[in-house]
Amino acid sequence: MTDLTKLGVAAIRSGVANGEFTAVEVAEAFNANVAAAKVLNAFIVETPEKAIEAAKAVDADRAAGKPLGKMAGVPIGMKDLFATEGVQTTAASHILEGFVPTYESTVSANLWKAGAGMLGKLNLDQFAMGSSNETSYFGNVINPWRRNDGGNAALAPGGSSGGSSAAIAARLCPAATGTDTGGSIRQPAAFVGISGIKPTYGRCSRWGIVAFASSLDQAGPMARDVRDCAIMLEAMAGFDPKDATSLELPVPEWEAGLSGDLRGKKVGIPKEYRLDGIDEDIAKMWDNGIAWLKDAGAEIVEISLPHTKYALPAYYIIAPAEASSNLARYDGVRYGLRDLPDGAGLQDMYAATRAAGFGAEVRRRIMIGTYVLSAGFYDAYYTQAQKVRALIARDFDNAWKQCDLILAPTAPSAAFGLGEKTSDPLSMYLNDVFAVPASLAGLPAMSVPGGIDKEGLPLGLQIVGKALDEQGVLNAGLAIEERAGFTAEAEKWW
Amino acid sequence: MLRLHNASGTLMSVDKDTVNKIARLSRIAISDEEAEKMVGELNGILAWVEQLGEVDVTGVEPMTAVIPNHLRLRDDVVTDGDVREKVLANAPAREGSFFGVPKVIE
Repeated sequence: MTDLTKLGVAAIRSGVANGEFTAVEVAEAFNANVAAAKVLNAFIVETPEKAIEAAKAVDADRAAGKPLGKMAGVPIGMKDLFATEGVQTTAASHILEGFVPTYESTVSANLWKAGAGMLGKLNLDQFAMGSSNETSYFGNVINPWRRNDGGNAALAPGGSSGGSSAAIAARLCPAATGTDTGGSIRQPAAFVGISGIKPTYGRCSRWGIVAFASSLDQAGPMARDVRDCAIMLEAMAGFDPKDATSLELPVPEWEAGLSGDLRGKKVGIPKEYRLDGIDEDIAKMWDNGIAWLKDAGAEIVEISLPHTKYALPAYYIIAPAEASSNLARYDGVRYGLRDLPDGAGLQDMYAATRAAGFGAEVRRRIMIGTYVLSAGFYDAYYTQAQKVRALIARDFDNAWKQCDLILAPTAPSAAFGLGEKTSDPLSMYLNDVFAVPASLAGLPAMSVPGGIDKEGLPLGLQIVGKALDEQGVLNAGLAIEERAGFTAEAEKWW
Repeated sequence: MLRLHNASGTLMSVDKDTVNKIARLSRIAISDEEAEKMVGELNGILAWVEQLGEVDVTGVEPMTAVIPNHLRLRDDVVTDGDVREKVLANAPAREGSFFGVPKVIE
């Protein structure tokens, strides 16, 4: 029998629907892979019984001749930022250790309704703050990929959705949820050679997702290929009255609309992304991507996004500011950790709880956010950053007069080693230089595998589209996928 | 244009007292040693974001909503409630049907 864990979302769904195998067989196969890969530390909680339970329901529905959902029989990993009823939800933090939600996030509920099952809760950077999964209270996730130098150095799986990326690359799940605030779906997807899309801000409900920076947070799928991303995004997206910024729009049929034919499309190449000293393998992959899109019929045009260099500093004011406000809720009173030193009053309890419960990066960002919002500095930092954000969005608006899509690298490097960037927060932040502008503008953006560098590590190409044009982004992703011939996989060592 | 300079023209930076004040506002207990370390880290990050000051933002409105969207109104009716047990389920120190906290009034 074929190894069911080699299959993606579309293949599993059709195999189950056609009776080639049962959903329970699929769930058992992935449960076994999850159980055998603990060294990767991709999961914080494993829920094999949940995967089996959902699979049994799908098999029963099929036997009864009932219609099957978009994700019927597909077991997935759930980033531990989504509240799951009855299953611990921590955001990879100590302060939420042991927190068991009494409610289900909208996105995860949508996925269960579509017939997906849960293999477990995936590790991430604490409160999704990080680009390497090294800020998790529950330890580092190990990238299944290794450099071809024989050194076996442990590499970062990217972040913040590092458990998601590692689990898919290691075939512990065919697909997983991610969230993207400033690159947290796209950069980890690029680091492990898979695909992932952050839809337009507002497409997926934020209700029940642990909040980091509310004006930027957006959920999206991560999977092995573009079609699987399209299927899963359809299942995740949709209007939700419980999220004030949810878009009141029907969900397009992205899978049915997939086409790698880009005739009539113009693709912009932003000149400001050609950084001095750009890695030569990254530059070469970018050139390949341009050639592939031309081959698919697209016209290539050079464009300018003049405020690109200000995107990261603006992000590192806006995101911490929103985080400092969102994370004020962790007070040791209503849920989560409480640290009450002997004889302490209420204020001391707050301070002790938050010092003990938040990791160093989370404390750093809360404090930066508090500072830039404090009296006397608010206009100089926060208002200025919001104005620069408006200019960055305007850059994209101007670009859309010349092109329909933008092509760029996803990240300026391949996966880096664990510990390589942890001593200097700034060097870590800079890894999101290409991802953050689309986040600030709320635009749909996707990473697809673009090639392998000289060290044998995967690299990602990023496509950014106009607001609500996920279809255009997915189609360009498909055109690249059809031409890149990316079949490389991490050699199994775990 | 706003530049973050103090009166003598040097770049504004935080000192240990400021770090302690930010920690207090953030309700995060911080040791002396951590405060020392944080001075360098925060100054590094603040010096880097300082470059935003060079952008000409004349006439630009600060962006608060990234995708044009209107805030919806709903009927003024009760849509939730009667979930006391759910609300209290994760309380670290429940007292009856209340959240317990240290005494705040003598």
